[in-house]
Amino acid sequence: MAQQDKRKELKVSAIENGTVIDHITAQSVFQVINILNLDNIPNQIMVGTNLESKKLGKKGVIKVSNKYFESEEINKIALVAPTATLIVIKDYTVVYKAKVEIPDHINKIAKCINPNCITNNERITTKFTVIDKEDLRLLCHYCEKVTKKENIKFL
Amino acid sequence: MKNKSLVSINDINKKDFETILNLAEKFEANPTSKILENNVVATLFFEPSTRTRLSFESAASRLGAKIIGFTDAATSSVKKGETLKDTILTVSNYSDIIVMRHPKEGSARYASEVSPVPILNAGDGANQHPTQCLLDLYSIRKTQKKLDNLEVAFVGDLKYGRTVHSLVTALTNYNTTFHLVSPEELKLPSSVKRHIKEKNLVYHQYTELDEVIPKVDILYMTRIQQERFADPLEYERVKNAYILRNEMLEDSKKNLRVLHPLPRVNEITEDVDNNPKAYYFQQAQNGVYVRQALLATILGKNIKN
Repeated sequence: MAQQDKRKELKVSAIENGTVIDHITAQSVFQVINILNLDNIPNQIMVGTNLESKKLGKKGVIKVSNKYFESEEINKIALVAPTATLIVIKDYTVVYKAKVEIPDHINKIAKCINPNCITNNERITTKFTVIDKEDLRLLCHYCEKVTKKENIKFL
Repeated sequence: MKNKSLVSINDINKKDFETILNLAEKFEANPTSKILENNVVATLFFEPSTRTRLSFESAASRLGAKIIGFTDAATSSVKKGETLKDTILTVSNYSDIIVMRHPKEGSARYASEVSPVPILNAGDGANQHPTQCLLDLYSIRKTQKKLDNLEVAFVGDLKYGRTVHSLVTALTNYNTTFHLVSPEELKLPSSVKRHIKEKNLVYHQYTELDEVIPKVDILYMTRIQQERFADPLEYERVKNAYILRNEMLEDSKKNLRVLHPLPRVNEITEDVDNNPKAYYFQQAQNGVYVRQALLATILGKNIKN
């Protein structure tokens, strides 16, 4: 038992400095990589998917060395992987650990589904109110149309 | 509401509705009052809408305001590629309030965020048209002597009709029972139904018009547009199902009034026009009083008495 705990501990803190995104639902792992643009940064990245998880059945983990995410990026993670846990590691030690949270308002990061929305026609920062956090639905501040989870595109 | 933009009917509350409707009543009693003599009203119509523009210009004229603007984006600097922001910022230098109609949804909200002068939304794409909504409320109150506890039917294109969306939302403040009559393809969107559900109000959905008429106080007709249908055969199938003919009003309530945002095509036959229950032309006239009330309120001018 003690051995297992130790190994678990190692899994999480196996990077010296950086961020671990844990408890991602397995099917969202590559989407998270995508929205965070992780395929275009020089940092060391370890990705695990279809790992066993008591809570999720199958889960994914992404570990990024020497990278700390901005709140906008964390909001993006929350939108595609609401079950995720964010773990910040400094000098092999966990300095922050919390579940991501879907915010009440989302600015900049998502695109409005409505092609006739002014935000898709002029250079305007998008703004949304999250009207449903369970079954993600975003209400556009400008055109007042709802963008559903399956239609969200990130900017 | 003084110095504030009016973009969406959701920006104002029940108390604001009453303030506007009460003032509109005063303008109906006394339409000409030169209280905006020292004001300039800009009417920017990025897409043509003769009816709405004339109604606004009539309202502004009766209050003595000067009117500047354009009637079509093709004749303005927009054609040269000017952004909406630049147009608004420029025109705000020349006017005290900007009335705007624009084909893109959310344009008026955006304009209100960049403009130093108030924006009065005269329609942004399929989104909002709050002055239409207020004149509808005015017409309902005037004909029914109240707004509370009415049975209101909406007929036709409930999916894309923005006047329907705004009015349904506004009426959720008044314990309305909704009767929604439309083809399957054009049902009221869930984003609008959400407002009805939030207030725990009753709504019924129908695909046939006849059974609804005897039940209601207000029959709000809308036009079904062919371009809304992917399959032209579907349009042919439904287009005649939502036409109101005079004989259909026989068993209706005495206080029933028929409203329509206009323009009408064929969804109300002409023999209805002479029925005292037809109210759509007076409804359009009420638009002028309501717009007078809005211009005066936003510009902070009141009338005596």
